[in-house]
Amino acid sequence: MTALEESAAGAARTARPGRAAHPHGAWRTALARPLGRVAVAYLALLVVCSALAPVLAPYRPTATDLDHILSLPSGAHPLGTDALGRDVLSRLLYGGRTSLVDAALAVGVGMAVALAAGLLAGYFGGWLDRGFTWLVDVMLAIPVIVTLLAVLAVIGNSMSAAMIALGVLVAPGIARVVRGATLAVRNELYISAARVSGLPHRHIVVRHVLPRVAGPVLVQASLLAGGALLMDAGLSYLGLGARPPAPTWGNMISEAAGVIDRQPWLLVPPGVVLGLAILAFGLLGDVLRDTSAERTTRRLAPARPVPVTGRKVVEPTTALLSARNVTISVPGPDAPVRVVEGLDLDIGPGECVGLVGETGCGKTITARSVLGLLPPGAAVTAGSIRFDGVDLATASRATLTGLRGTRIAMVFQDPGTSLDPVVTAGRHVAELVRRHHGGSRARVRARTMELLRSVGFPEPEQVAGRYPHQLSGGMAQRVAIAMALAGEPRLLIADEPTTALDVTVQAGILGLLRDLQRDNDMAILLISHDLRIIATMCDRAYVMYAGHVVESGDVAGMFRNPAHPYTDGLLRSAPRRATPGEHLTAIPGTVPPPGSWPVGCHFAARCLLATDECRAAPVPVARLRPPRRTRCLHFDELSGGRA
Amino acid sequence: MWRFIGRRLLVSALLVFVVSFLTFLLQAVTPGDTARMILGYNYTPEAYHELRARLGLDQPVLVQYVHWLGNALHGDLGTSPISGVSVASEILKRLPVTLSLVVLATAVTALVGVGLGVLGAVRGRGTARLVDVLSLGGYALPNFWLALVLVTVFAVTIPLLPATGYVPLSSGPGRWLAYLILPVTTLVLQGVAVFARHTRDSMRDVLSRDFVTMLRANGIPERSIVFRHALRNAAIPTVTVAGLTFIGLFSGTVFIESVFAMPGLGGLAVQATTSHDLPTIQGVVVVFTVIVVLVNLAVDLAYGWLNPKVRVS
Amino acid sequence: MTGPLLDIRDLRVRFPGRVRGRRTVVTAVDGVSLSVDEGETLGLVGESGSGKSTIGNAVLGLVRPTSGSVWFRGENISRLPPGRRRELGRVIQVVFQDPYSSLNPSRTIGQTLGEPLRHAHRLPRRVADARVRDMLRQVGLPADAVGRYPAEFSGGQRQRIAIARAFVLEPRLVVCDEPTSALDLSVQAQILNLLLDLQREHGMSYLFISHDIDVVRHMSHRIAVLLGGRLVEQGRAATVTRTPRHPYTRSLLGAVLPVVDPGDPTVANPETVRTTLPPPAPGTVADAAWGSG
Repeated sequence: MTALEESAAGAARTARPGRAAHPHGAWRTALARPLGRVAVAYLALLVVCSALAPVLAPYRPTATDLDHILSLPSGAHPLGTDALGRDVLSRLLYGGRTSLVDAALAVGVGMAVALAAGLLAGYFGGWLDRGFTWLVDVMLAIPVIVTLLAVLAVIGNSMSAAMIALGVLVAPGIARVVRGATLAVRNELYISAARVSGLPHRHIVVRHVLPRVAGPVLVQASLLAGGALLMDAGLSYLGLGARPPAPTWGNMISEAAGVIDRQPWLLVPPGVVLGLAILAFGLLGDVLRDTSAERTTRRLAPARPVPVTGRKVVEPTTALLSARNVTISVPGPDAPVRVVEGLDLDIGPGECVGLVGETGCGKTITARSVLGLLPPGAAVTAGSIRFDGVDLATASRATLTGLRGTRIAMVFQDPGTSLDPVVTAGRHVAELVRRHHGGSRARVRARTMELLRSVGFPEPEQVAGRYPHQLSGGMAQRVAIAMALAGEPRLLIADEPTTALDVTVQAGILGLLRDLQRDNDMAILLISHDLRIIATMCDRAYVMYAGHVVESGDVAGMFRNPAHPYTDGLLRSAPRRATPGEHLTAIPGTVPPPGSWPVGCHFAARCLLATDECRAAPVPVARLRPPRRTRCLHFDELSGGRA
Repeated sequence: MWRFIGRRLLVSALLVFVVSFLTFLLQAVTPGDTARMILGYNYTPEAYHELRARLGLDQPVLVQYVHWLGNALHGDLGTSPISGVSVASEILKRLPVTLSLVVLATAVTALVGVGLGVLGAVRGRGTARLVDVLSLGGYALPNFWLALVLVTVFAVTIPLLPATGYVPLSSGPGRWLAYLILPVTTLVLQGVAVFARHTRDSMRDVLSRDFVTMLRANGIPERSIVFRHALRNAAIPTVTVAGLTFIGLFSGTVFIESVFAMPGLGGLAVQATTSHDLPTIQGVVVVFTVIVVLVNLAVDLAYGWLNPKVRVS
Repeated sequence: MTGPLLDIRDLRVRFPGRVRGRRTVVTAVDGVSLSVDEGETLGLVGESGSGKSTIGNAVLGLVRPTSGSVWFRGENISRLPPGRRRELGRVIQVVFQDPYSSLNPSRTIGQTLGEPLRHAHRLPRRVADARVRDMLRQVGLPADAVGRYPAEFSGGQRQRIAIARAFVLEPRLVVCDEPTSALDLSVQAQILNLLLDLQREHGMSYLFISHDIDVVRHMSHRIAVLLGGRLVEQGRAATVTRTPRHPYTRSLLGAVLPVVDPGDPTVANPETVRTTLPPPAPGTVADAAWGSG
């Protein structure tokens, strides 16, 4: 029966406790969902009806009426009668009592054992955990059903014994889930902080760990309850457990099986009631899992492109890439939320252009929009991105796919995750070489080796056979760069290419990028939060803040004499130029999140120069001495505005 | 790798010992008495003592176990006190029935499950919802009930297929298959949706990873991403699911073989349980355990073969 | 009391681990000796895998040393019974890197801050509440933060909360494990300023761990440079950064790309810009190389 294996297999998915704000409300959130409510209502109904069976049942469950056998539902017998003329409804109600009590027993035993073992092993670790893992591995290979049969063969017909045995046999699988969840919580830094504060283990387990594993535990309990009901019915279907004429759902099905050629209807009532009960437990488990994993399935309003009105004429430009007035929106709870507004950006052939800004300023999504790789629901809602005479913002999927790799390529932040773990470095590059150039095997191979050599592997054959996990971060990033070069792109977008690397490795990768740019006459759009990297690498740069490009221009001039208070503040925040131990000139306040941007200047709330004028209306971009521009009304109060 | 297999086998052997010993132990600590259960209510003290002696129940449990173990190592799992037949030969006779049922069912489940799973991950809503509904059905409906419904429809109402029984492959593949269709369908219905759901979840997981964006950004077409990259990665967790499915369906035969009156291991286990035939049920438990262990080993090997991280070490 | 506040003697920490999939013993810290005086900040700088965080964890009692010892105020704290170890929580505290994982998302800020006071150190509720409110004020958070959950705060604010939790016990030593590495530059400056203010006011010592040599130099009196679990250089901050002796230290300093000179001192600036610019920081070769980009 897969119900039980399912609960074990689901372990991987439930093992991680969610980052829900109030996970102790898992039940409450589950009840807020219609499906959860229906499931709980059905189960509650079953429990109440079974408990009140003596009151509710129209007949005694064993009362035979040989004049009315195998009848279909009627007024006297709402669900018909069986081969001995016994009332099916009454038997169902009485049968439910046995089944539910049995299931409760299995759940009680199983969860008690699993919770204790899983919490101890997960929290304390060490030899306790090793012993636990070993034991669980062994126990999981015990075939549950035949072992239950063996128990029944030895002990005789005792369903209680079978259910206790069931609880014990499935406990290891559940304990492993509990251990996984506990381990995940235990590795959270707040547990370390609590230990450092001198809180006793008991307090930490009860107050910090238990509430966070409650979600997965409830899921498992729910799945186990369904599995136990199924097993209970199955065993009594086989004639084990309560002896006829005492009714159980299982033996009702087996009695029905004897007369399927005469009255197939009899299969329906016990099958449906039992199936719905198991389904309800399963649904409850699913809903609980969803809420405790906090997969936000709230329907978000997707963004749609708005037809651009006016300004259709695109000025002929020598730029390779030219973005005009680009606005990007992502799905929000009520309406789409704008994350980039009115962005203008140009990249000339062979030029290295920087896009700099802090977390959430919109720089990464801007880069992705160029390749048509926006996340689901996000869209360029206004403006144009022209590349080679094509507007990438409105281009078809086929056009974009055709451009990717051959005209525009991209490398990403984390080299550890940007390679396919089951494919070797060489195959990664070769696949792209074949895709972009084709040719014989030997030619593809030769070109692959050439590319690997060009990104700094003197002996490419050695690297080509390695899998990603055998490469260091710096090596993996070089392989990723080789992949991006395979189609000889005119523009390479590098999104924080060195952020995940150690500083000494960083320098090597940046040097490589600069060499490649020079040797291949390839333009680079370098995205970084690190001013130091932008300053060394780029000719020109765009500074983004809260969805706006606030300042742009040549790096030398802009960073020496900023013309926007944000650029100025960022430069001053860096500790390098400050006196050690003295206060740094910090920018006060925090970045406003998308969706709560002010009408006027987005930086106004944190700016010492801000006036009412700044807050009243959107601030236009002012052109200073080319190529410098700033989105500030008071640029003349800054050094860059006067220069 | 060989060390890993060796250790795994060692643990497995130990497990078989433990499980078989537990059944002996259970017998010793329970108040009931197997001889009495077999004899029923009316028996003479002589018959009782004679049966106990014949079953070896008059000796200490440990002695009984060592005796059993010694024989088991030589392939002798004892003799059924009920039928007087050798347990090992009975099991060997029935094993092919159960294996053909389970192997066929697992293969179909895996094929359909992977197909539906990939569709669900790539095509989105419609297929995904179908898989959800199917998987809830497969999860909730007891397989023996489902089997009875199938029998009612396809054997009783429309007499297309035989309702019960089994013929060996040697009497013709057509006939063999005809007898297997309903039981296999039942098992597939039970397992396929869970399989599809796991495949879909792992495909979705892989497709949302960074390296997929990386491949897309550099011009790898979608078809290649799905079949060459995502499927290979998703295959790793799916192998585990396939193993679990096999084990689940294998256990499911206990019920299915009863419904279809098939002369397999599952049916044997049920018979042995109702007649308190301890040597037989012990033999079945041991064989089941060995098969579970072998499947797990196969899964581990496949896992290592698919996952370079494991393979290299 | 004479002698340093914290004294680490010949510390070694080994873990069972995996290198390229093979099981081995990883030596995270290999014979490190360090000391921190009262009111002093010792900066620990190194790249990933240098063992800097393991040293911090050994001081905090989260990791058991394989050999060597950690002394605090003349007491060997590396092998303490759990009860005594818990008492040390009052004097040794920590601020971690990740402000998301370091606060329990299901507990209010008040609960998180009050917990050690009430449950570990048995202060009455009223005293504890007052201390919590006072601490929140000191780190620049509104008093109503007490009843709110971590999810309602930004990364920088969360790090203020984590700092408040560490300081509410009035510790003598705070291990700052990459406290600003997850933060943006402009927020980093705020947090560093806060840490400097708190030290100035309360006079506690910091063991300041970071991979960013600029940040370490700014915060520390003395700096220790780690490479592969070993100490390669230690000394006064200015000495180490100005005249590094070990080639690794030089490569760390050299690898830091030049930062731009904010504002030209020859141009008079209005209020946003301090009229007197800080004196030139200890110059590095990289700074001088800054030119046209």
